[in-house]
Amino acid sequence: MSVPFIEFKNVIKTFRQQDKEFPVLKGIDLSIEEGDIFGIIGFSGAGKSTLIRCVNRLEKIDGGSIRVGNYDIENLSPPELNLYKQKIGIIFQQFNLLDSRTVFKNVSFPLEIVNKSKKEIKERVLELLELVDIVDKKDFYPGQLSGGQKQRVGIARALVNNPFVLLSDEATSALDPVSSLAVLDLLKNINKKLGLTIVLITHELDVVKYACNNVAILEEGKIVEKGKVRDIFLNPKSKTANLFININENFLRNDWADKGEGI
Amino acid sequence: METFILAFSKPVWEIVAPSILDTLYMTATATLITAVFGLICGLLLVVTDKDGLRPCRAFNAFFGGITNAVLSLPSMIVIILTLPISKLIIGITYGPKACIIALSVTCIPMFARLIETSLLEVSKGKIEAVKAMGAKDMDIILKVMVPEALPSLIRNFSVTIIALISVTAIAGSFGAGGLGDIAVRYGYQRFRSDILIAAVSTLLVLVEFIQITGAVWSKRILKKRHLI
Repeated sequence: MSVPFIEFKNVIKTFRQQDKEFPVLKGIDLSIEEGDIFGIIGFSGAGKSTLIRCVNRLEKIDGGSIRVGNYDIENLSPPELNLYKQKIGIIFQQFNLLDSRTVFKNVSFPLEIVNKSKKEIKERVLELLELVDIVDKKDFYPGQLSGGQKQRVGIARALVNNPFVLLSDEATSALDPVSSLAVLDLLKNINKKLGLTIVLITHELDVVKYACNNVAILEEGKIVEKGKVRDIFLNPKSKTANLFININENFLRNDWADKGEGI
Repeated sequence: METFILAFSKPVWEIVAPSILDTLYMTATATLITAVFGLICGLLLVVTDKDGLRPCRAFNAFFGGITNAVLSLPSMIVIILTLPISKLIIGITYGPKACIIALSVTCIPMFARLIETSLLEVSKGKIEAVKAMGAKDMDIILKVMVPEALPSLIRNFSVTIIALISVTAIAGSFGAGGLGDIAVRYGYQRFRSDILIAAVSTLLVLVEFIQITGAVWSKRILKKRHLI
């Protein structure tokens, strides 16, 4: 068995507010293989966002270790850390594009801050805009784009520095179903084309089913189940997995049944 | 009605016109100083905030305290307090030049707080996104926070200039000259309502001009970005 690309070992994170402690991650053990599309699913407050924020070091962990590729990310010098951050792409639910910059300028931002030459920037940005199929909008401002288009710009921006991991923090949760599907297809396509490892956190079962190979279920700061997507959801053991499946199946049916229509 | 017509007669404007230049000079110079120092102070407040880029509780509390202290002083008191500084730096304590320091000291804390408000409007998500890319603090400030907040900064800047104009009017009664001085000396002390009206209407036009310019400029940027 190969060495996993991303490895969490007993990761602990606790938030402190005044004198109170709020444990958010309570000992996470997780391995993600290179080139995988890995889903982390859980309800609100399970600690998904915190987990992903620990990977790109927006949060520092309180215990355990996280290794990404060759980086033991808790023991990096500041310049190493900056380099590491440039190699982790992330896309967000709220896109977080800069309204003051055009599409082109948004995608070029990560290159600008590492002082790449103008020519190099232009080539690379156009290449990425082509990949996400939004070249025709390069001089538009984010304010002129639809949600799906914004997320595609977000993806281009996340990929422009040739990252070795792409993190997706509920990237499709603010999109309509058609745009969601298009974004997920794009992610799958990128995964295939570039062999890029993608870690996708979501509260939507359909996203995991559609896009991921492997999944971990996060419940109150602990991983309660992990494995192949199909195995987990055909034979769910944890409370959260069952809940997800039941909600997914019963939501609409019950609603219609109440109205005497049924399916 | 007669006074109103008189207010626009030549002899009145022979008195009022030179003071317009004084007011413009004071406002322009103090605006420049306020802009530079206010921006620096505002950035310091935001950056050292507990959720800022470089949280520093002690400094933020101390600096915020000074800002509030100066902010709470009536401008008249600031003018009196800064007269010795004017004497030290400029050598005189009267005339338009001397009051520039007083004007700046009055308005810097206000502008700093307004800048703080504008910069805090920039969503945390955007700042996190660029932090996650490994952006340095300077890049975050200059390439993200300031440009993103620009429309709001411009509006607050025009509010500050207007405040400066109104302080020049107060400074006028401390020998600073300018439209405020004319309004008090002629209009109030000598019952020359015509001059009072002339001085006040000039101030009104000035304030309106700044206000409208700020609003239009800010709106134009928002339109360009398709945010309105």
